[in-house]
Amino acid sequence: MSDSENKKFINDVPLDIARFGLPGQYNISVKQDSDDIFEDSKVFVNIGPTHPAMHGAFRCMAKLNGEIIEKSYCEFGYTHRGKEKLGENRTYHQYVVYTDRLNYCSSLINNVTYAMAVERMMGIEVPERAIWIRMMCAEIARVIDHLICVGINAVDLGAFSYFLYGYHQREKAYTLIEKLCGARLTTSYTRIGGLMADAPDGWEKEVKEWVKETEAVIEEMDQLLTENRIWLKRTKDVAIFNKEQCLKYSFTGPNARAAGIDIDLRRDQPCMFYDKIDFDIPVAQVGDVFDRYFVRMEEMKQSLKMITQCADRIKKGPVWADDKRTRIPDKDVVYNTMEGLIHHFKFFMTGFKVPPGEAYTSFEAANGELGFYIISKGDSSAHRMRIRSPSFWHYQGLDPMIQGEFIADLVAALGSINVIAGELDR
Amino acid sequence: MTPEISFMLIKVAIVLTGLLAVVPIMLFVERRGSALIQNRLGPNRMGPFGMFQAACDVLKFIFKEDSTPTHVNKFYYTIAPWLVVIPAFMTFAVIPFAGSLSMDGNHFNFQVANLDVGVLYCFAIASLGVYGIIMAGWASNNKYSLLGSLRSSAQMISYELTLGLSIVGLMMIFQSVRLGDIAAAQGETLFTVAGLNVPKWGIFIQPVGFLLFLISVFAETNRLPFDLPEGESELIAGYHLEYGSMKFALFMMGEFINMSVASALIATLFFGGWQLLPGLAWVVQQVANITQVDVLLVTVLFQGVSFVIKVAFFMWFFVWVRWTLPRFRFDQLMNLGWKVLFPLGLVNLFVTGILIYKGVL
Repeated sequence: MSDSENKKFINDVPLDIARFGLPGQYNISVKQDSDDIFEDSKVFVNIGPTHPAMHGAFRCMAKLNGEIIEKSYCEFGYTHRGKEKLGENRTYHQYVVYTDRLNYCSSLINNVTYAMAVERMMGIEVPERAIWIRMMCAEIARVIDHLICVGINAVDLGAFSYFLYGYHQREKAYTLIEKLCGARLTTSYTRIGGLMADAPDGWEKEVKEWVKETEAVIEEMDQLLTENRIWLKRTKDVAIFNKEQCLKYSFTGPNARAAGIDIDLRRDQPCMFYDKIDFDIPVAQVGDVFDRYFVRMEEMKQSLKMITQCADRIKKGPVWADDKRTRIPDKDVVYNTMEGLIHHFKFFMTGFKVPPGEAYTSFEAANGELGFYIISKGDSSAHRMRIRSPSFWHYQGLDPMIQGEFIADLVAALGSINVIAGELDR
Repeated sequence: MTPEISFMLIKVAIVLTGLLAVVPIMLFVERRGSALIQNRLGPNRMGPFGMFQAACDVLKFIFKEDSTPTHVNKFYYTIAPWLVVIPAFMTFAVIPFAGSLSMDGNHFNFQVANLDVGVLYCFAIASLGVYGIIMAGWASNNKYSLLGSLRSSAQMISYELTLGLSIVGLMMIFQSVRLGDIAAAQGETLFTVAGLNVPKWGIFIQPVGFLLFLISVFAETNRLPFDLPEGESELIAGYHLEYGSMKFALFMMGEFINMSVASALIATLFFGGWQLLPGLAWVVQQVANITQVDVLLVTVLFQGVSFVIKVAFFMWFFVWVRWTLPRFRFDQLMNLGWKVLFPLGLVNLFVTGILIYKGVL
């Protein structure tokens, strides 16, 4: 091989494939002239990690025949922050903020699930008001997440206005969340054994008004897109992931329900007060992009119904469990008494100890089953912390989902399974 | 200089400045219009209603560094945007923007060039624009650009057939391809309903042709729902991915001017062109009576106004559709073009032929 040829090829593989370290699934024999890559009209396209359709940073290496994806290899890891390892070095209290950054579209659900996981290990019973507020938070976060998912999916297919209709409601919901905890996106609202702060007076009423507005907006969004001919053409029978495949790839949440798997941890594994309120679980049959879209639309309506029910039942009361280990001392106690100051110092510097043991606690997050698997050896930080994030499993399904589909369908498929980079990579 | 030549220069100046003015106006309309549709404000800080935002955008484009990526073919990369813009300007030459005027023995035609081939010239020049797009995609040496330009060439060539076919019916009815003649012929009355005269506008005698034409020009101008060559989500920006500063602005200009040409063609072929809008004839009389100006001059002025209103409506229609509908997929687009629109065009032509033979039209 001469020098000029060396530049183009490394071990008989075109440079742009060799450089990106494609695993051995492509058995390509390339001749010495670079034009021969195209002789069978196949083009390799590297979609991502900074591509507008890749929400977050993932990469999909696709082999295109014309516009059809013949083979693909989807890669992730660009947003890996070592969250699970961090769980071994941070106290249980400090770890709350890390859960915000899992699925950042619905961080409240992550907060709630994490708090539940630790409380379960410590055997703490949270007071009633805190549970109702947590349920409302979880459902508001679910609505926000679904609004973003269907909205972004529509943007990818060219319907931009649709997305902004939902976005206004999302902003209003963020304002409600801001009233709870002062933050909009990274909420860190729950504490082990309670909540950061009680909901302000009249918050439930505002939430109920928001629910009414959102119901109207979702109705409007429904009318704009759901029966649109072009939308149906773009989404029906596109990127089908059927029941068997969903089971094989451990799909959960709306993506599994779109394929006809009737699972929902809120009903099947009741926690908090989900058994006391009334809701339906929408299930579709085919498992194409449209079904995933439609299931999410219906779930939003159900979630709004649940929020109203929670807001009706919520009563005044404490939001902290009466447990000295986890209760953060009030500020006037900290500033005015010696014992309070020491308690405060010890709580934040060393944290509280969790009894030895291990537990896997899961909850239905917006995307599917979100689980925290914590092993404690009796320290103030976890011995092992593992997170089962739904996007991780959904992303594995993207590859088989897009085989033989058009490149435009890759975008539709990725948007419809709602892969969130923060949750995928952790 | 003879009056003909000076009049000709004035007409060219009007058309050129008018088309150049379309760009900032459409920038404004697109931004604020989309904001109106999407329940938000849009850029509203510069000047009244944010009108000077467009000027700021233009200035920004001019003062940005005009960089050329190292991996492109410089010659074709540089001329490609011009090949998009110049044909767009040229197309407007044959479109009449007012009726003709005879004064003092001079005959004035409000049309830059009254060609015999008329509308065929429009299509011929408009299809030159596709070369610019193919060149841009090819010279950019980028896979996404190439995919975009491939889509674009396939799309534009397929839809040109339907575009041409959809107006053959009109040509048969009006017995002319001169746009001036077609616009003038649409002033006749088709039939009278309850004392109201329905004019012989193209949309009334060729409704199917109108729909086909409308859909095809959307595809020809690469606007949503047919904006696949740019296909923002999958192809990032398609053929103009590697372009920046003024070169990118030229592509955008080309798009807006193509839109205005398309709107002008829709107005001329199917909505009577410069024919006065209903009710304007009365206004013309009143204005002529009050100002004591020759009624012919006032008529010509209001014909221009009517034409501009019609064009403006269709420009808004383009924006309206863009912010409402999702995008087609490439194969669906081709299926629509070849399997639906093209046969429909043929059927329309056949039916029109029969009706003309029977003496109905």
